[in-house]
Amino acid sequence: MSCNLRVKFNHMEFKNPIVAASGTFGFGEEYNEVYEVETLGGICSKGLTLNAKEGNSGIRLWETPMGILNSIGMENPGVKEFVRKELPKMKKYNTRIIANVGGATEEEYLTIIEELNDTDLDMIELNISCPNVKEGCMAFGIHEKSAANIVKQVKRICRHPLVVKLTPNAENIVKVAASCEAAGADGISLINTFKAMAVDIEKRKAVFENVYAGLSGPAIKPIALQMVHEVSKAVSIPVIGMGGIMNWKDAVEFIMAGAHLVQIGTVNFVNPEAGKEIVLGLQNYMEKEGIKSIDEIRGIV
Amino acid sequence: MAIIKSNERVGEGIFLLEIEGIFRGKPGQFYMLKVNDEYPLLSRPISIFEITEDTIKFLYQSSGEGTKILSRKSEGDAIYLRGPYGNGFPSVEGKIALVGGGMGAAPLYETGKQLLKKPAITTVDLFLGFSYELVLKDKWEKISSRFFYDIGGYVSNLVPVSNYDVIFSCGPDVMMKKMTEAGKANGVPVYVSIESRMACGIGACLTCTCHTKNGNRKVCKDGPVFLGEDIYEL
Repeated sequence: MSCNLRVKFNHMEFKNPIVAASGTFGFGEEYNEVYEVETLGGICSKGLTLNAKEGNSGIRLWETPMGILNSIGMENPGVKEFVRKELPKMKKYNTRIIANVGGATEEEYLTIIEELNDTDLDMIELNISCPNVKEGCMAFGIHEKSAANIVKQVKRICRHPLVVKLTPNAENIVKVAASCEAAGADGISLINTFKAMAVDIEKRKAVFENVYAGLSGPAIKPIALQMVHEVSKAVSIPVIGMGGIMNWKDAVEFIMAGAHLVQIGTVNFVNPEAGKEIVLGLQNYMEKEGIKSIDEIRGIV
Repeated sequence: MAIIKSNERVGEGIFLLEIEGIFRGKPGQFYMLKVNDEYPLLSRPISIFEITEDTIKFLYQSSGEGTKILSRKSEGDAIYLRGPYGNGFPSVEGKIALVGGGMGAAPLYETGKQLLKKPAITTVDLFLGFSYELVLKDKWEKISSRFFYDIGGYVSNLVPVSNYDVIFSCGPDVMMKKMTEAGKANGVPVYVSIESRMACGIGACLTCTCHTKNGNRKVCKDGPVFLGEDIYEL
């Protein structure tokens, strides 16, 4: 019995459906010291902005029951440095490389896309969902009109396949997904973190300098799964599902709910070897169940 | 999984954890300790207290939920352990002062032990400050040429800075900044070991980013030991 973990995402083939989520995997280098990251189906870069970003000051991380709140604030070297220094290293891994792109303004998004156009990236993930920056980003993803507009503008100049990463804080995530599809998106990824907060009662202050942060981890999984399920049914472009995936069983849940690919995020912090273990777990499961291709189980729920 | 050999209370809310096995690590490096499969999700970065032939020891304070759960573990219980991570203290020569405050004393134990073995080191003086009590009283003299301590005051006041070639410091920010200032005034380099919240421990999550004179650095990977002058505005 041989099973096949390969997944077609439009015309692009991924060796398996497990992709490292943006912001949890750096540019792959650190994890490649833990296991061969080309075991994964793909790696999504840290969110890129036009210029280098220092990130947020103050506390950046807070644990909650089965979740974590983060307020990193898109710390990254900027797109030019990414293209010069990080991308060549990432391209050495025999796996799909996705660049996550965030911006404060439409102009910033477009300039970053132009900077990436002549590179040999596999895909762009348009981040209109990060809750941790003061301007832009998630602000574009709350309403279907602003989401559609940015996707349309980006799509006009973008030479790479474009996946749009949505926020669960959207007024109506299904409508946002549909409007992104109508605007030309090649795929949808969801969900980014939930806007959330914590209070330090001793200091009588919000824990984070930005007050609000982003909640991820197993705590959000059931809601993420529901959103992936609904969005998968509502659009005909492929969907990348994520939100609190901790093991191969969670990954199978998202695939059965309709996801073509899944991303793993918080679990990389909990167990740096999780990516490798999830790919292996998925393979064992398919062999045991006699599933020859992921297509057999995708969207069956 | 790593098996706990002992987890002894050595002071008010302070524990000495001993884990069986052969472990690597140099003074000033740390391990990530995870107490459960489930909650809390993340590991706790805890610096190496001592490495022996067949164990590794960690001195920690039970303060947050993770360390509280850890403090309830006992002999035979298993925890997750990964590491060692971080740069550790640099190799130095001459007369060395180790200055620790509170739990900042922890990494100085293995540090003193290793330094004392080196022919290029002539003196290892240890200065520790605690808020309420001196923990592990009988241990510190064994890993230092001379041992001084202070309860409830400022240990940094005890250090005759100009007597030393290099100072290693770990503890509250105020103390490390004071040592850095005193070091600068006397032309003595001061290395500080920074404490930070961490998620991954391997340099990917950017939770522990700290601002230095040379730009952002990762405490887990570029640190936790930095030159004090690069960290503090003097």
